[in-house]
Amino acid sequence: MSKIEDYSAFPDARGRFGDYGGSYVAETLIAPLAELTAAYETLRVDPAFIAEFERDLKYYVGRPSPIYHAERLSNEVGGARILLKREDLNHTGAHKINNTIGQALVARAMGKRRIIAETGAGQHGVATATVCARFGLDCVVYMGETDIERQKINVYRMKLLGAEVVPVTSGSKTLKDALNEAMRDWVTNVADTFYIIGTVAGPHPYPQMVRDFNAVVGREARAQMLEQYGRLPDVITACVGGGSNAIGLFHAFLNDRDVRIVGAEAAGDGIATGRHAASLAAGRPGVLHGNRTYVLCDDDGQITETHSVSAGLDYPGVGPEHAFLKDTGRAEYVGITDEEALAAFHRLARTEGILAALESSHAVAQAIKLARQLPKDQLVLCNLSGRGDKDVHTIAAREGIVL
Amino acid sequence: MSRIDRRFAELHAHGRTGLIPFVTAGDPLPGAQVALMHALVEAGADLIELGVPFSDPMADGPVIQHASERAIAKGVGLRQVLAWVRDFRVRDATTPIVLMGYLNPVEIHGASRFASEAVEAGVDGVLLVDCPVEESDTAAPLRDAGLQRILLAAPTTTDERLGRVCEAAEGFLYYVSFAGITGADRISHDDVRERVAAIKRRAKTPVAVGFGVRDAASAAAIGAFADAVVIGSALVDRLAEATDANDACARARDFLAPIRAALDARGR
Repeated sequence: MSKIEDYSAFPDARGRFGDYGGSYVAETLIAPLAELTAAYETLRVDPAFIAEFERDLKYYVGRPSPIYHAERLSNEVGGARILLKREDLNHTGAHKINNTIGQALVARAMGKRRIIAETGAGQHGVATATVCARFGLDCVVYMGETDIERQKINVYRMKLLGAEVVPVTSGSKTLKDALNEAMRDWVTNVADTFYIIGTVAGPHPYPQMVRDFNAVVGREARAQMLEQYGRLPDVITACVGGGSNAIGLFHAFLNDRDVRIVGAEAAGDGIATGRHAASLAAGRPGVLHGNRTYVLCDDDGQITETHSVSAGLDYPGVGPEHAFLKDTGRAEYVGITDEEALAAFHRLARTEGILAALESSHAVAQAIKLARQLPKDQLVLCNLSGRGDKDVHTIAAREGIVL
Repeated sequence: MSRIDRRFAELHAHGRTGLIPFVTAGDPLPGAQVALMHALVEAGADLIELGVPFSDPMADGPVIQHASERAIAKGVGLRQVLAWVRDFRVRDATTPIVLMGYLNPVEIHGASRFASEAVEAGVDGVLLVDCPVEESDTAAPLRDAGLQRILLAAPTTTDERLGRVCEAAEGFLYYVSFAGITGADRISHDDVRERVAAIKRRAKTPVAVGFGVRDAASAAAIGAFADAVVIGSALVDRLAEATDANDACARARDFLAPIRAALDARGR
């Protein structure tokens, strides 16, 4: 691929990031996607819309989230300084709310009163149920039966917020199946329904729109780095399932060629075992959920079931912009196993008093690996995308503890 | 002239409405697939739509989704589907076959390789559900190899796009009669008639109507103004419990015969 001059120029008018992205959907979805694209193109440059979005990020979400120097963790690792972008401190406990606020405002502007969403770990479902309560919109969340079982607390949180949670029993009963089911609901109820996709996947304009709403993370972080440290970080890292928190952090740094970018995928039991969710590290280009991207599938093209201790990373595709960043070499993507993520979870808890989400623990594990290899004067910025309260039961169960 | 074009020309010449059954390849019994295809033809099918199973069929309802899951669990994939078509062609050189499915299996197989193998096996057209007319470059290798590109139009298709769809469609245009997934049950025949009439004024190809056609009565009502009717979910549902190849073929014949009769009664 030819050298990219300006990474902020993507996607192109057809929703492509190089060879990836696009709009691979059934005919019935073309019209609602065109309607959404037109509405979003207007709103994204509308000063009143931007002002309302920023006002809610500040007073409802609690932004800006701080950059915190994990000093005891850094000293224990013995290498570069590890800095944490504290998205776990947002209202609802993760970066996901940046996107749901934005999309709920788009839905309201388009006159849609019924919101649907898919969720894996439940973080996006909670963030969607939250903004629906906040804006007085009806909310239906599709969630795989397997995920409902392992994320009971988030299911109950959604119900407390007034959402209906619909169990999905098809396929592997996880995030990808919830996405299929939500897409079917949308096809059937397009007239009054807005689909809030939770990650930077799906057909155009979703990968762009979800990125734009999460890009506040990287914009803030870049300014905070210059203010607090007088320079940009040497490396930035984030976990990648669909890739929304990662692209949120990465995007503002894409044209800063001296900043190394590393995404941490879920390697599950290890990539060699086949039980993982590392689409970029071990997948191949294909088409899933409306976009061309790297997917995990067999030789017949059937999407394979994935595995990760973290429900939020348990997805066989990845946002098309990440596929593009991989192929252009602008970002590296590596695997972090369940064991490595769990070890990082405990280490961060004991050294810094922070319970990270299992998803984010993959990024922390990667930050630890990077810091260890780098000199003390270097700065590793890690996106701590969510808090771990929701995962306490999973971790206890893995360690044989009955609560 | 392609097999599909020839078949529609014959139907037109005889004033008949085409009957297009859809079955998910390999469901319910992989071993019965070729016999089932012949049974469909004997029961009056003018063209067969063969669904290529895919793990994530976003536009399909529960009936076809579960049929896909069952077929995949038995190891059915694109290569197997092509082998069945090749086998079917030994005894039937005239009934057109359209493969209907999703892009990923084709992409992973390799679009060019798939196209030449499909032509060699005797496939006539391909309908890729998640490849709209905007993504035509993706489908180019299929057209280059001589496969006709079957396209969908929906109630939500705008007039501007309908022009592009009609321009690019080959074989026949598949009108999805309402916005929804396959197998759902809500269809207003008056709305569909009006819309199909509008499409027929612009399309160069015949227009087949599907989604919501489930029995002789609905087929006859739709067949009054469509060039062909597509029956999928109701047939797949009927076949699902078949115990062996004979049973599957009997079920197909019992299901299609009254529909064929209803379509032909209207023609006379």
